[in-house]
Amino acid sequence: MGIELAASSLLEGLVQQVVTGLATGAVYASLALALVLVFRSMHALNFAQGEMAMFGTFIAWTLITQLHVNYYLAFGLTIAISMAGGVAIERVIIRPVERAPALTVVLVTLGLFFVVNGAAGLIWGYVVKAFPGPPGFPQAPVAVAGVSIGVQDLFLIAVTLVLLAALYAFFRFTRLGLAMRAAALYPETSRLLGVHTGRMLALGWGLAAGVGAVSGMLIAPIEFLDPNLMQPVLLYALASAVLGGIENPAGAVVGGFVVGVMLALIGTYVPGARDLRLAFGLVIIVAVLLVRPAGLLGRPHVARV
Amino acid sequence: MALLELTDVHAAYGSVRALHGVSLQVADGGVVALLGANGAGKTTTLRSISGTVRRLAGEIRLDGQVISGRSPEQVARLGVAHVPEGRGTLAQLTVWENLRMGAYVRRDRAGVRRDLDRVAGYFPWLGRRRDQVASTLSGGEQQMLAIARALMLRPRVVLLDEPSLGLAPLVVRDIYRIVATINREEGAAFLLVEQNARTALHAAHRAYVLEAGRVAADGSGDELAANESIRKSYLGY
Repeated sequence: MGIELAASSLLEGLVQQVVTGLATGAVYASLALALVLVFRSMHALNFAQGEMAMFGTFIAWTLITQLHVNYYLAFGLTIAISMAGGVAIERVIIRPVERAPALTVVLVTLGLFFVVNGAAGLIWGYVVKAFPGPPGFPQAPVAVAGVSIGVQDLFLIAVTLVLLAALYAFFRFTRLGLAMRAAALYPETSRLLGVHTGRMLALGWGLAAGVGAVSGMLIAPIEFLDPNLMQPVLLYALASAVLGGIENPAGAVVGGFVVGVMLALIGTYVPGARDLRLAFGLVIIVAVLLVRPAGLLGRPHVARV
Repeated sequence: MALLELTDVHAAYGSVRALHGVSLQVADGGVVALLGANGAGKTTTLRSISGTVRRLAGEIRLDGQVISGRSPEQVARLGVAHVPEGRGTLAQLTVWENLRMGAYVRRDRAGVRRDLDRVAGYFPWLGRRRDQVASTLSGGEQQMLAIARALMLRPRVVLLDEPSLGLAPLVVRDIYRIVATINREEGAAFLLVEQNARTALHAAHRAYVLEAGRVAADGSGDELAANESIRKSYLGY
């Protein structure tokens, strides 16, 4: 009797950890999606993606807590503002180095990282701020078959899945989405077909910034908002993107969920591992690059020589 | 007046000059072949029209309007469909997505939908294999897809770079037959680059022979084919 009880509570604990892991994984997944969107269009990582997301989250915080805008309206507004900001950043800062080697672009994004971080500190300060969760979703967990599940966790997971579905539909079914794919894969032919490839790149940055802002708004109620909010998230998102296949949006989301669950389980069941979470993110990146560089869902690069 | 007119066009890749004053004309609804050896400047001539090579001097007019100096995407919007060397297949996209990209600059959605059906009429297999990824097509099929994609622009003129390259003779014949049909039925002019002079002279109303970045000879297809010295020194048959 006693053993049975212990076993069932062990199982409940496990399921709870998996759900929690999926929820934080959803945050990594959405930032990983943003990284993938930029990487697909210019074969370079945007190291400032997390900081841009943090900046967007501060905008949302201002809208909600200072200007008393409805949470969901602020959510949408923040996405729109972030997209415009992403387009502007690409046109002004990235465009001059568009044709430069990937390393140059990466260095520019590193510079952007510090600029955005400093700007947020300057505007909003370094004191941590509470960020509200989505209203209408109770804070208290609900019991499903004896397992208590956080309703807000489900909100996080759902938002990320909706985001992925929306992006999929955009790239698959719209004229603009199709042109963005073509421009990313075949810039020269696309120009011959009348596509302004530079504008497509800017649009890619805009989409990525919007998606990234979502990840910031999702994690902020769990962590507390300050200018360094997204730095660990960026590392896990990078691990997720690499794990899923750096050019594959669905892979990034799968990777995010896997990383989230693994971190939750390791943090709970491996003694002392909680402090090694960041190192674990790096271990994933190195392991994937060694064992399966194309990632879980990526297709290996074959170069004809 | 010619539909497409090049006047004394000079062009270069970096510091390497490839065209030293090319002048040529394509009549509205005409089929013109550009012949010559490797490196004579045939591809560069097409690229100077679409704006994908650095033009040093000279003027290019489409329908009397100067188009030299415009970006490739602007030239495409004016109705110049350039099928580049290697066909420019959007290899990871599907057959249908390739065709939709051909009509990217057009805003008339209903017209585009009609044209998808109309173009599939020329190449019935396109409709049947619309969801197939383009990289899995054979070379001849990719060439046909490239021509079909060019048609989706509703072009004034199609620039076709080496449509026969690497294809079996029977497939080449099919492709030129389709070019002739499209030229007749759609009224689109063609400027095509070809290594295979015999095939091209047969298909073209008019031909220019390039040598070292200059026009060495021109005339109707039959004239050039009948001129033995031109045939022997430039066309190699």
